[in-house]
Amino acid sequence: MDILIYGIINSFSLALMAIGFTLVYGISRLPNFAHGALYVVTGFLVWSLINLLKLNYLVSILLALVIMGLVGAAIYRFVLIRVRGMATSEIIATYALGLAILEFLRWGGFKGMTYTLPVFIEGSVTIGGIPVDLQRIIVIGIGIIVISFMWLFTHFSKTGLAFRGMAQDEHAAMMLGIDSDRMAVIAMAMGSILAGLSAIALLPLGNIVVEAGYNVLILSIAVCIVGGLGSWVGAIIASFMIGFLQIITVAYIESHFQMVVALLAIIVTLILKPSGLFGRQKELEERV
Amino acid sequence: MDIQERRKERLDRGIKVRTEGIYAVSSWQEVTYLVLPRLILIVGLLLLPLLIPSLYWKRVVSIAGIYGLLALGFDFLAHFVGLVSLGGAFFIGVGGYTAAILDKSLGLSPAFTIPMAAVGGAFVCTLLLFPALPLRGVYFAIVTLMYPLALMRIIEALNIFGGTDGILGVSSFPNRWIEQYCIIFTVIFALFGLRRLVNEDIGLVFRGVKDNDQAVRASGLSITFYKAIAVFIASGLGCLGGAYLSHIYMWSGISQFALDFSVIPIAATVIGGGGTLVGPVLGCFFLVPISEWLREFGTLRIVFYSVILMAFIMFRSEGIMVYAQRKYHQFERWVKV
Repeated sequence: MDILIYGIINSFSLALMAIGFTLVYGISRLPNFAHGALYVVTGFLVWSLINLLKLNYLVSILLALVIMGLVGAAIYRFVLIRVRGMATSEIIATYALGLAILEFLRWGGFKGMTYTLPVFIEGSVTIGGIPVDLQRIIVIGIGIIVISFMWLFTHFSKTGLAFRGMAQDEHAAMMLGIDSDRMAVIAMAMGSILAGLSAIALLPLGNIVVEAGYNVLILSIAVCIVGGLGSWVGAIIASFMIGFLQIITVAYIESHFQMVVALLAIIVTLILKPSGLFGRQKELEERV
Repeated sequence: MDIQERRKERLDRGIKVRTEGIYAVSSWQEVTYLVLPRLILIVGLLLLPLLIPSLYWKRVVSIAGIYGLLALGFDFLAHFVGLVSLGGAFFIGVGGYTAAILDKSLGLSPAFTIPMAAVGGAFVCTLLLFPALPLRGVYFAIVTLMYPLALMRIIEALNIFGGTDGILGVSSFPNRWIEQYCIIFTVIFALFGLRRLVNEDIGLVFRGVKDNDQAVRASGLSITFYKAIAVFIASGLGCLGGAYLSHIYMWSGISQFALDFSVIPIAATVIGGGGTLVGPVLGCFFLVPISEWLREFGTLRIVFYSVILMAFIMFRSEGIMVYAQRKYHQFERWVKV
């Protein structure tokens, strides 16, 4: 029973982490290796807004999300736009950016002391004889809201439809008057906001540490690869697979192997079926 | 209103064209033109240990040499075979552990463990990367990025090879001149060897794999086989560096899988100029001392070279060596259009 409950919670956490990454990759084919850094930055941003500027929790969350959106747009506008289309340069540039942000935070005093965000609502409920924090329930709630919002957004709004057009065929989309760079800016901004949102939902469960940035990056890559880069349904199903696999590993083997599961999932998927479970569009291109 | 459109025209210098053929030996001027840059590099590298007085900085030169080997491997794989490997740490770690295990269990001297670790480690790396070879682009990059992390966690989780403490008490070099000149000779040998290799027939096939793999396939050659050979060469260089590192520090541990070994070679390649082979080596001899010098700032140095890396990739993606070679071989002038 606790495997089921914690498996679901873990899966939703993974889905939240990965959805921003898969959004950016799906739309503009940019592997955003700075995703984990954006996640950690949001945590520290909210913490600073609350503790240094003495703002209300809710206000600082909203403010932090707006700032993250701007940061994401700025990253695309000033850095990525120059290397667009050169796969190697894209990877190196985003990777270097993420590394710079994370190591700067590590150097800049965010170390030693423990930094925590307050939980939204204190307390816990008992489900099937197992006590669960309310925060974890909220994570599931936010996960469901985000996933359904993204679904509605990409199916019924004009921008969302343009996103999907870009994802399917960039040149055709451009012919129909969709500005590819503008869409990529919006996608990057949304990706950063989603990274921030997942940080705000998940960080109250533990400390804000710089290492989390690397772990989040690995986990979101794992989810996206297993599900197929750029595929929505795939990402969500993959996060459930990896989420349950991790919890089962922790329950029956050892907690050290939690990360190994994610890493092996990436390697095995790429070797056996590099397009992932649901990524059909690129099947021909990525393999020789 | 007269608007004059001008553009820059680049022409090869006469001496460059003359030195390309057999006429290279016709006069001292041409011979010098050909030999001087190479000679400066070789003599410079050989003099480096003599010119540097302090023991600490001598050690830095050896480390720069190790990074140089890694960067050579990275440049070779990325710009001649089209495989972007973000896992330099993987090669270093495998080589380092192999050397340490050979040293501890068989009691061999560094003269045997280093070559054995280079070849054996290259075998292990190629074998482990073999299933990933059909991949390319982002996918290969992600797999290679994950390998060192996965190995690190597996060693940590299973508590094998000394677990988090690593393997202690690996024997060191008999004296520090041997230590220094071994690595410098290896770097020079690897550099000129690889330059020769990419201009041989097999180098042509490698470039074919990078630019048009279907053509290679149509010629009846196996792409995966050639990729495996390339990975074997590159990982051999990396493992050699790793084995060296173990013997220099007399220790081998999971920090050999650290990100530094993956990032600095890439930064050096971008700064030095990808595809020139000599650029990455010079980049390492330039970046590693700076990184050592910034050590007191802690992790800020990683920020520093990440920012340099980003700046170079955005504004000067050709790198220093490509620029320098262009200036050396060509002259530019403005012409009216």
